[in-house]
Amino acid sequence: MPPPATNAADSVADDKPLVLLAQPLFPHFAAALEGRYRFVLAADADAAAAAEARVLLVPGLKVVTAELIDRLPALELVVATSVGVDHVDLDACRRRGLAVTNAGGAFSVDSADYAVGLVVAVLRRVAAAEAYLRRGRWATDGKFPLATKVSGKRVGIVGLGRIGSLVARRLAAFGCPVAYHSRLPRPSSPYAFFPTVVALAAESDVLVLSCALTEETRHMVNREVMEALGGGGVLVNVGRGGLVDEPELVRCLREGIIAGAGLDVYDKEPDVPPELFAMENVVLSDHRAVLTPESMAAALDIVSGNLEAFFAGRPLLSPVTL
Amino acid sequence: MESLGVLLLHPMNAYLEQELDRRCRLHRFWEAPPGPPRDEFLRAHAGSIRAVVGNASYGADAALIDALPALEIVASFSVGIDRVDLAKCRERGIRVTNTPDVLTDDVADLAVGLAIAVLRRIPQADRFVRAGLWKAKGDYALTTRFSGKRVGIIGLGRIGLAVAKRVEAFDCPVNYYQRTKQDYPNYTYYPSVVELAANSDLLVVACPLNAQTRHIVNREVMDALGPKGVLINIGRGPHVDEPELVAALVEGRLGGAGLDVFEDEPNVPEALFTMDNVVVVPHIGSGTNETRKGMADLVLGNLEAHVLKKPLLTPVL
Repeated sequence: MPPPATNAADSVADDKPLVLLAQPLFPHFAAALEGRYRFVLAADADAAAAAEARVLLVPGLKVVTAELIDRLPALELVVATSVGVDHVDLDACRRRGLAVTNAGGAFSVDSADYAVGLVVAVLRRVAAAEAYLRRGRWATDGKFPLATKVSGKRVGIVGLGRIGSLVARRLAAFGCPVAYHSRLPRPSSPYAFFPTVVALAAESDVLVLSCALTEETRHMVNREVMEALGGGGVLVNVGRGGLVDEPELVRCLREGIIAGAGLDVYDKEPDVPPELFAMENVVLSDHRAVLTPESMAAALDIVSGNLEAFFAGRPLLSPVTL
Repeated sequence: MESLGVLLLHPMNAYLEQELDRRCRLHRFWEAPPGPPRDEFLRAHAGSIRAVVGNASYGADAALIDALPALEIVASFSVGIDRVDLAKCRERGIRVTNTPDVLTDDVADLAVGLAIAVLRRIPQADRFVRAGLWKAKGDYALTTRFSGKRVGIIGLGRIGLAVAKRVEAFDCPVNYYQRTKQDYPNYTYYPSVVELAANSDLLVVACPLNAQTRHIVNREVMDALGPKGVLINIGRGPHVDEPELVAALVEGRLGGAGLDVFEDEPNVPEALFTMDNVVVVPHIGSGTNETRKGMADLVLGNLEAHVLKKPLLTPVL
């Protein structure tokens, strides 16, 4: 895909607002936004573009360092296309007084659906049963072993934001009692609050991670949490890989400290701990929870809305609290 | 129950077998294979066998019922009793029980799990990552949203209603077909399966199997569901015309399928194994430890009630 950046010589005569790109835009974003802005890749920006740029658009999870931010003296806004903004150096943004926007609620529904899909897939061993059947083993080796019931399992949700709330509503309809942990209790929530992840894990059969990755939440699921979750417990992560101490997760799965896991995110994507490949009690996927046309269209709407609002001097649609 | 002679047709559940062995006079039918051993077994025990315990695959057919003159009750370790000769049982005054309700949640859970798995391609993702292809090929493959899809349910019985309740939490409009319209304010009735399919994105088969519902999902229904439509079968294999299903998937007339049941289990059309738009599992609808124990307890409870001349817990006849 060619980068949709115009070159600096053309841009001089062009009065469209300049938007720096941390990496090339997704094709359909490029198609929709083309003609409305002058896009220049940050890596290709000359001194004039770097001095002029008020907005940095960050497609995907491209890392935005303090060094890049410091090179852009006129920068006012960082526009992310994701919900989590842990790939952006938020300390640097805070120091510089920059605004940061995310994808708001664009991905909530698909993330929540995917989390529920993983819960069912892990407990009912759908992927393993599929592999058993596709290898022809039903006819030769007989019945697939019994799995674990979903309905009625106690679900603990870490982070009762937009995604967590939708997961809660969905799994409640499966007859699952729901509890949650977040920084502060939500008085309007009908679900039980636990002040720590360990306490939540101890009272849960299924622990779903749907919170932001921050310095506070990094590796919040450690061995102690997995021991509290216990030998019948299952971990589902649709948040960020960094929320979990990954080597410890591999050890806990191997030792039977927890029963299984459904993982859409990893610490160093696209690297996945190879020990997981041989485990039948895990369901793995390639950070695809949000990848539907509906989510991508909603993300484009909110990104384009934030850009328009910024250049028109109106309030941003989805500012992140820094 | 110590004196109750029970014939268990097949080793279906270790806990059930152990409890029957402990509490009754248990005969294991598979230990007397067809031929002379079985004839001899029946000569020796037919007169004392008062109960038969079977399941969805092994039922009391006419020949077996005729061979057991003292038979009083057939307690099936299943919801479906299409393998039990009900007419014969009625004629002989033999009671029949099944295990309804206990597996409702499991089957409904799996139906929704399969729907999400098909649309979001979860097992495909699992295969992709395990094969090490994420790093090699990169990501960015869009899948289809589940929330909000129109779900058409064939048969709004216990399982159908449990599916409806779950998908409502995903903001899916619920449509249904069955012989008679019910008074459900939130669900839309269609008077035929074809009309149901034409107005649904996902079609879930959740009705009992009988002469009227055999091949209820035929070519016309699949064409009405269409190239973006997805069929979920957690009922019985013969509900669906399987060669037509394979043809519809191969030709792209149907978008995808999530299948727990097949016409000739455990044989599954091999063409399905190479398709990426289907999720196929080996009849695991009620295959959880929790539910199988609940079903076993219900079989034991029915036998006990029969012996004590109390009302049966879950009578069919």
